[in-house]
Amino acid sequence: MNKRDILIGLGIALLVAMILSPFASPHPDGLERVAEDNGFLEKGEVEPIVYSPIPDYTFPGIHNEKVATAAAGIAGTLLVFVLGYGLAKVLKIK
Amino acid sequence: MHIPDGFLTPNAWVPTWAIAIGWISYCLKKTRAILNDKTIPLMGVMSAFIFAAQMVNFPIAGGTSGHLLGGVLAGVLLGPYAGSLVIAVVLTTQCLIFQDGGLTALGANIVNMSLIGTGGGYLIYKLLNSSLPGAVGKKIGIIAASWFSVLLAATACSLELAFSGTIPLKVVLTAMVGVHAFIGIGEAIITFLVLSYVLKVRADLVYSYQLVEVSHE
Repeated sequence: MNKRDILIGLGIALLVAMILSPFASPHPDGLERVAEDNGFLEKGEVEPIVYSPIPDYTFPGIHNEKVATAAAGIAGTLLVFVLGYGLAKVLKIK
Repeated sequence: MHIPDGFLTPNAWVPTWAIAIGWISYCLKKTRAILNDKTIPLMGVMSAFIFAAQMVNFPIAGGTSGHLLGGVLAGVLLGPYAGSLVIAVVLTTQCLIFQDGGLTALGANIVNMSLIGTGGGYLIYKLLNSSLPGAVGKKIGIIAASWFSVLLAATACSLELAFSGTIPLKVVLTAMVGVHAFIGIGEAIITFLVLSYVLKVRADLVYSYQLVEVSHE
């Protein structure tokens, strides 16, 4: 995988995060739907144990909801790219 | 399918954390042996793509949505061990940075989507692949494994919820399998399209194809 392949792959991921994610379905997902229908959704509304810098995929300080989601998507995509790549690199060295 | 904090009691989340740690350790060991110059950046790219794709919820019936889990996608492209690590990286980042999935439930989420969704999904793909030869067999393998991987992950999730006393098993299993039978169709379509694209442009990057190449040399 050369530099060009990496950029194409990462570019596709960034486009998905930036352009598609703001238009994702706002409906609850499968587990949330089951939790809601069976009355245990509120069990999950506990104080988070760790502080999350970008809760609910909404980048803080951006008022436009779609832009905030796109920004969160870009930040997360770049972060996991570095983490996944970095993990593989570290594994190879050791 | 990311379980938040509060859904599971310690008698469910402690053992699932232990299983998750065991699985990740095993995957780290196995991945180290197969890593090469192609797979190292691919782990980064796949993490990025699956994270991005998981943000795109698609609507299914009844005011409900679903999103790609990516287990079979990662498993077929990177092999079951590196693929499972990619899913674990995505799940951990979602939990710590985006408050998607609880920290106590992270072990269970890794068991459901990495161990079962990726490792189990890959196993189904391999079994179908060897029993149905040729390109058609591969396609059927990808589609069926993707669908089953979601169903199996939903089943594991149901067991954990029932074990926690959150909801009776019969109720949660029926509901979870019912809704994820639809979400699994989305999983199968996306996985099939993405893998078809990668196989078309860069088949040499696909783990199961590399094995074939090696055995032919």
